[in-house]
Amino acid sequence: MSPLSRRELLRSSLISGAGLVIAFHVPRKARAAGPPPKAPPDPNAFVRVAPDGTVTVLLSHSEMGQGIWTGLAMMVAEELDCDWSKIRVEHAPAAPVYAHPAFGMQMTGGSSTTWSEFERYRTVGAMARDMLVRAAAAKWRTDPKKLSTANGFVTDGKRKLSYGDLALAAQALQPSKTVTLKEKKDWKILGKPTRRLDSPEKINGKAQFGIDVQFEGLRTALIARAPVFGGTVKSFDATKAKAVRGVEKVVQVPSGVAVVATDYWSAKQGRDALQIEWNEGPGASLDTEKMLASYRAQARQAGGAVAAKKGDADAALASAKKRLEAEYDVPYLAHAPMEPLNCTVRLEGNRCEIWTGTQFQTLEQAVAAKIAGVPPEHVSIQTPFLGGGFGRRANPRADFVSEAVHVAKAAGVPVKVVWTREDDIQGGFYRPLFLHRIEVGVDGDGVPVAWKHSIVGQSILAGTPFEKFMVKDGIDEASVEGVKDSPYLEPVEARRITLHSPKSEVPVLWWRSVGNTHTAFAMESMIDELAWSAGRDPVEFRAGLLKHSPRHLRALQLAAEKAGWGQSPPKGRARGVAVHESFGSIVAQVAEVSVDPDKSIQVHKVTCAVDCGTAVNPLGIEAQVQGSIAYGLSAVLHSELTLKDGRVEQSNFHDYRVLRMPDMPQIEVHVIESDAKMGGIGEPATAPISAAVANAVYALTRQRLRSLPLRLA
Amino acid sequence: MKLHVNGSNREVDAPGDMPLLWVLRDLLHLTGVKYGCGMAQCGACTVHLDGRAVRSCVTPVSAVAGRKVTTIEGLSPDGAHPVQQAWAEIDVVQCGYCQSGQIMSAVALLAENPAPSDADIDVALAGNICRCGTYQRIREAVHRAAALNKRVQR
Repeated sequence: MSPLSRRELLRSSLISGAGLVIAFHVPRKARAAGPPPKAPPDPNAFVRVAPDGTVTVLLSHSEMGQGIWTGLAMMVAEELDCDWSKIRVEHAPAAPVYAHPAFGMQMTGGSSTTWSEFERYRTVGAMARDMLVRAAAAKWRTDPKKLSTANGFVTDGKRKLSYGDLALAAQALQPSKTVTLKEKKDWKILGKPTRRLDSPEKINGKAQFGIDVQFEGLRTALIARAPVFGGTVKSFDATKAKAVRGVEKVVQVPSGVAVVATDYWSAKQGRDALQIEWNEGPGASLDTEKMLASYRAQARQAGGAVAAKKGDADAALASAKKRLEAEYDVPYLAHAPMEPLNCTVRLEGNRCEIWTGTQFQTLEQAVAAKIAGVPPEHVSIQTPFLGGGFGRRANPRADFVSEAVHVAKAAGVPVKVVWTREDDIQGGFYRPLFLHRIEVGVDGDGVPVAWKHSIVGQSILAGTPFEKFMVKDGIDEASVEGVKDSPYLEPVEARRITLHSPKSEVPVLWWRSVGNTHTAFAMESMIDELAWSAGRDPVEFRAGLLKHSPRHLRALQLAAEKAGWGQSPPKGRARGVAVHESFGSIVAQVAEVSVDPDKSIQVHKVTCAVDCGTAVNPLGIEAQVQGSIAYGLSAVLHSELTLKDGRVEQSNFHDYRVLRMPDMPQIEVHVIESDAKMGGIGEPATAPISAAVANAVYALTRQRLRSLPLRLA
Repeated sequence: MKLHVNGSNREVDAPGDMPLLWVLRDLLHLTGVKYGCGMAQCGACTVHLDGRAVRSCVTPVSAVAGRKVTTIEGLSPDGAHPVQQAWAEIDVVQCGYCQSGQIMSAVALLAENPAPSDADIDVALAGNICRCGTYQRIREAVHRAAALNKRVQR
């Protein structure tokens, strides 16, 4: 660890209010039994046992609602055999030791925390337990093998010592070279429905989010950004803004003009009073209607990058018994987390301190260091709770952090830059607009024998530091995931998937379930069209196509069975089905819908079957599935961003509509007992809901809706 | 300007048109009340004014002088209000950002309607957005809180 990260660890223990913690650190170099990981975990950084028996777990990822605050603590507690009521959790500071085990940088995303940390967090728990046991054995002059542990105590059957009592003695011991992890059948905590550890502070108002950071001398800043993407400041007049009570400074930064004031309201009044002339640039002509028309044209053109190819799709299409074609499109979407973006920066000497709800610590450390002119190890990042992320707080371009560092530098005071809701909705980094054009040739049973699929949409990764890993031969994996690897396409002898990645000034980003937001909609709608066209039951038709994909098949059949597929739905309702794999997990959903006289679509019920491999916390999985479906339903029923003359036409929740309580269906979640490789759970259930609902609407109305949000004619 | 917040008298120096939200957050440091939209669309800023739920982001501070303001911090001394208990029991929260507002709306609903139906809950909480999608558990928790209240009253 760098000197900084050690200091930061000390600091975070002081902030936690635990007083002076003489922490029991599991020394380095101990390692788990079994296949050695690439590098042994550095348990010092992950767990502390204090003399009062408190066990503090340091979370190397960001809690943004997904429940890892609890899930990763469960991993440690399972192996440590500690008292669950004495577990505390803290966000780790930004430091190399907290790099994602699979991705090599400190970050949270890709529905990857639980599976990627499953070995590391259990291992540090087991290491800590082993040392406590040996400390007890030394005191009692007995063989550690004769001792057992439970609920925060070591016992020899007659006597017992608490972990707190043993913490100091354990600290002095050398670590074991190997530890053995428990077998699944012996788990007491893992796999059991467990309530959240962050609940108490989130229901009494004490939980600290980035926007709640306060300290003496901190100022609040709002930034006036260009009204069109790519625009720059031509000139500005701050006279009126400076006359606003509470406004202290007005400074220009690369993204616009920042008003620095004593508080939010003053900064907002000051920003409203700014007079700015902008160089709008080419972004001023952006128009989503024209963009979609151009995407339609591109989809019909030959060329584009080839994402997958087998046989001669054109020839097979020409000779197929029957041909179907369809185009599906999805609009730009903002993530709109409830906590608007914000970032607090204090520059002092050669140090840069940052407090922000982020999913991307390592990258932002580097970016901030460059702007502040200090070495990256002199940039500290404290991560409070994130008031939602959904991908927006994982920006390879580090937008909200870099501009806050610019403001702090230009203003010469510590600042908290806060985005208004309008700034957030109109600020870009959207789920990109996408269009799919699919042509399918089928045999006499309606089974596809030729598949030509053209995808058009901006690349999320182009121009970012991730491009070199994730864009190959012109194919951004995030644009084609869910089509390229679809189990429906594997058996199709003649297929071609191509991708056009047009460029635009509109900045784009991953949005919960990323490419699957549109690929699942296109694939699962098209498969449904094929089923209806062949006059076959949508579940039975899918089951036939998925016979070589047992996990898909099982999820599909379970969801159908639990939803009462095959039995008549209540009068005026119909059901639709979809099944999709993403982030290593498989989700099948049956949606039950009706249509109101005003043609609005009501989703009453969603029955969902999930195979995510080993289930760490079933209660958390249920919450994530419910939440993912709700997040997806916003996009299915309501949300859409449009641009005209370069301006985003929506600005706040009155016209960028999202799911509200009356729209929320009853969601039933069935977690499949599975020994499959662990997958993610934060995102996969968002992907299939669009098609499940659209397919239900078709079953009810015979209107095939191919654009999101769904709107009946 | 004199305010009555969570049972205490507080003195603030603020322009009359400053929304109560920012007086609470930036001047009184009661950060449990949240900013989400600034135009009474999301409910994250919900507080009680004389026991009724209001959106503090569009309530000018001049309008609350002499009236009782209650924020999430003032709902109970120990987080053990029946609605908070129900929220914990049903494991409602995810990111947690909107939950102060959800809870304040739910408390106001139950004060008026001690045994709300699903439809009543949908109407009363339609103004509180949760992007994590905790709505289903909120419904369950409101029913649970209603049951806990009933038990307390017996």
